[in-house]
Amino acid sequence: MGKIVPLSGNSAVAYAVKSADVDVISAYPITPQTTIVEKLAEFIANGELDAEMIHVESEHSALSAAVGASAAGARVYTASSSQGIVLMYEIMFIASSLRLPIVMTIAARALSAPINIWNDHSDFMAVSDTGWVMMMAENNQEAHDDVILAYRIAEDPEVLLPVATALDGYFMTHTIEPIDLIEREDALSFAPKRKTWFTLDPDKPVTIGALGDPQWYFEFKRQQYEAMKKSREVFEKSVDEFAKVFGRRYGAVEYFGDENPEVVLVAMGHVVGNIKAYLSRVRGKDSRAGVLKIKLYRPFPEDLIVKYLEGVKIVGVVDRALVPGSASPGPLHSEIVATLRKHGVDAKTLSFVSGLGGRPVTHEHIGVMFSKLSELKDKPASELPKEPLFIGVRE
Amino acid sequence: MFEIRWHGRGGMGAVTAADITASAAIKAGFYALAFPEFGAERRGAPVTAYTRIDKEIIYDRTPITNPDVVVVLDPFMVSSPRVLAGLKEGGYLIANTTKEPSEILDQIADLRRLRITVATVDATSIAMSVFKLPIVNTAMIGALVAATNIIPLSNVVEVVRERFPERLAEANIHLINESYKLLKVMRP
Repeated sequence: MGKIVPLSGNSAVAYAVKSADVDVISAYPITPQTTIVEKLAEFIANGELDAEMIHVESEHSALSAAVGASAAGARVYTASSSQGIVLMYEIMFIASSLRLPIVMTIAARALSAPINIWNDHSDFMAVSDTGWVMMMAENNQEAHDDVILAYRIAEDPEVLLPVATALDGYFMTHTIEPIDLIEREDALSFAPKRKTWFTLDPDKPVTIGALGDPQWYFEFKRQQYEAMKKSREVFEKSVDEFAKVFGRRYGAVEYFGDENPEVVLVAMGHVVGNIKAYLSRVRGKDSRAGVLKIKLYRPFPEDLIVKYLEGVKIVGVVDRALVPGSASPGPLHSEIVATLRKHGVDAKTLSFVSGLGGRPVTHEHIGVMFSKLSELKDKPASELPKEPLFIGVRE
Repeated sequence: MFEIRWHGRGGMGAVTAADITASAAIKAGFYALAFPEFGAERRGAPVTAYTRIDKEIIYDRTPITNPDVVVVLDPFMVSSPRVLAGLKEGGYLIANTTKEPSEILDQIADLRRLRITVATVDATSIAMSVFKLPIVNTAMIGALVAATNIIPLSNVVEVVRERFPERLAEANIHLINESYKLLKVMRP
């Protein structure tokens, strides 16, 4: 086991990347970059990490360089945030379609305009259709551990997909907390470096990124779909093994609260912790309540969501991103509704949009959400609001 | 759970104070979180930072609204309602000021009613004598430890030694010890 040290979220992630013994880091070094890559540059400079740092002129190039290095067989890492993530958008599709096991950290933040450097899930949600495996941590220990889990899942020969691990900007990236560090030896025994994918090699030439004409393109996409499905099983195996080795158990979803709840809030990231703290404080008063954390967002863990939400009267989904004009302007709410409907679960749902652009989701806001749920739990679905409830906004 | 709220201005080191205190608490075996009230960083602008310390894992990352302790780095902020907002009954007000605790108690009526322990130290003078700059954060950590005993001073010193180059670390440790010695405390 490692030792427990006080670290910021950014440093916690950087230490995990170091322990994963990456070969290439490519990054745009200026805003909206995080100090993750700054810390990694420091590790390389003082000889603690033997890796190539490629400083590029934009995030589009950062991910392009990552694609090239991964295709050459390197273990590759990059990180960004906000506008930087959406500037990678084009290449994110290419990374996943080329089946390159790149790992990237998203320090989740709002998107401009107006200019805002603070936390929400706008960037994370904006890239959730790019074919990457995506997970989000609730605390910085988890953000640290997720990097090691990510390499194991990404490089599994049955998966071979890029993995994005996210942590909330500021509320986590800039928060100091105790981290049980995974040392290099343990990281590499859990996620050994082995070339499980086709790589560019002059002695055994292959073409990566060839034309896929109508005769072939569809079959590639079908395979990519299977790989994503497979990653769900590999995720489960990996977290089981992780729990055995490191003693910390993660789930694709995690439930906290009453054993037989009537009302449940579904949330992601650090706000899950705020809801846990709220529930612990009010426990006994508003007892039949709980929170379901979604850790794995892609592939969306439908089976477990059904398991936890079956029998619940009403589910409130906390979204920290907004898609104006969508049938469900909260993207997480949209996924939950689709899952429940598909599996014939008749729990009612309510969409909450809260905490955009760094506004904290406070106990007061969480209290408002639970009271709304309690108030509406016995009403027929036809009487529920059809639009999201914006919690904590000035109208 | 023990919650500390730090108030200062950009350049005084409130964020670092919150961080060092949490780091020392973690070294002492506690679970702790430290985070700033995130804003665009500007020298001179009001800065708030938070430290939470507990024996158990801390889930809550909301800003601290009912602190056990308020530490004020800027002498001109001591009587500001925003600074004192939500301070818990029986809590602590620890201020960088030339004033005596009794003067602060006379100045702010609520403090006696809420049975607040008031502690004062002229951290600006101590910091100026060493740095020629009003970087008072480490001195105020010394004051916090002297007033509350929440964490051992030795863990604070350990963190400072790890965080700063040797000369700067020793200067800061001097500040911490001076402030620890000179702090005036008035308990209810």
